[in-house]
Amino acid sequence: MRIVVASGKGGTGKTTVATSLALVAGEAVRFLDCDVEAPNAALFLNPALETRQEVGIQLPVVDEALCTHCGRCAKVCEFHAIAVIGKKMLIFPELCHGCGSCTLICPEKAISERLDVMGVLEGGKTPTGLDFAQGVMNVGEPMAVPILRALKKWPPARPFTIEIRDAPPGASCPVVETMRGADFILLVTEPTPFGLHDLKQVIGITRELGLPAGVLVNRNGIGDNAVESYCAEAGIPILMRIPMERRFAEAIASGKTLVEAAPEYRLLFRELLEKISARVAA
Amino acid sequence: MKLAISISGNKLDSPFDPRFGRAAAFCLVDSETGEWTAHENPALSASGGAGVQAAQFIAKLGAQAVVSGAYGPNAFDTLTPAGIAMYLAPTGETLSAAEVLALFKADKLSQAPAATHAGHHGAAH
Repeated sequence: MRIVVASGKGGTGKTTVATSLALVAGEAVRFLDCDVEAPNAALFLNPALETRQEVGIQLPVVDEALCTHCGRCAKVCEFHAIAVIGKKMLIFPELCHGCGSCTLICPEKAISERLDVMGVLEGGKTPTGLDFAQGVMNVGEPMAVPILRALKKWPPARPFTIEIRDAPPGASCPVVETMRGADFILLVTEPTPFGLHDLKQVIGITRELGLPAGVLVNRNGIGDNAVESYCAEAGIPILMRIPMERRFAEAIASGKTLVEAAPEYRLLFRELLEKISARVAA
Repeated sequence: MKLAISISGNKLDSPFDPRFGRAAAFCLVDSETGEWTAHENPALSASGGAGVQAAQFIAKLGAQAVVSGAYGPNAFDTLTPAGIAMYLAPTGETLSAAEVLALFKADKLSQAPAATHAGHHGAAH
């Protein structure tokens, strides 16, 4: 079972929930930190990151001796990363998405590819025995999706029964890529107009992808009642509520997980996992 | 000389469009005879690389010079090897393509020595 913890709005508690969920999910758990622009789950789970691999996209390289400047590569490129002007061929690496179409279409086999490193994948075991991996995107890189695709294919250290993916914030391509192939999307939100606005956007994505979703209301008690009413109307189940408490904020600020700071939540997170399992099985 | 002017319309008296890659259209005009044709910009709806696509488009139209209000780095790097001279027209006032042509003929326009702004690409998408 693959569970994605997403939110739309940043700072609602995705990592807080994802890490605690992982800690109560038993032995055969693997945890993927998919927020490659700012991965932070390692701060709470403390894995020993022993394996490392560079990742990126394949950029075209042209052999000028073979190129006839027919322009098919420029025409096939959806992103206009190649231009053929007279007898000159120009490549714009920052526009390339690494799809490989130009390499395939070139009738002269003049295009080869080189790896453009965009970041790294790192993996290892946590002290509690979780199989952990994260992607870290290099500063200044514009595209997270190629790193996410590779992270999802990261070979598990051992067979797992539950995979938990901590999604990036927002509702753009990296979030969609994190959700692809998942069995359930747990949406962490806060009961504020901002939380609701972005929640609606990610619910739209889960519907587009045809994935079952449920909501966890964090910082319950602040804001207003609009998230509750919206979920009731939209038929989205609210699976758990975590109240706004200073001791949670203090624990998380000092690098502790929620279930470490409040052990009574172990049971509540286990119940959450059971509810998710039941919904996936249904 | 065949001159491409970025416009928002389909005529020589259409308003000048100060954007290059995202211009609505280009008016291709022969600065000697005054003959002109209008061409919709295929890069207008491009998800990215609009400057590259628009530059290739006007190169294919046979333009030897272009007048717009701004050129990004990719547009600049594509237009330069294409041998297309890049002229800048004032962006503050509402000019028609015909008025831009008159300024060009009167030698009142300066050439862009480099890209006028940084690329638009780089934001998360």
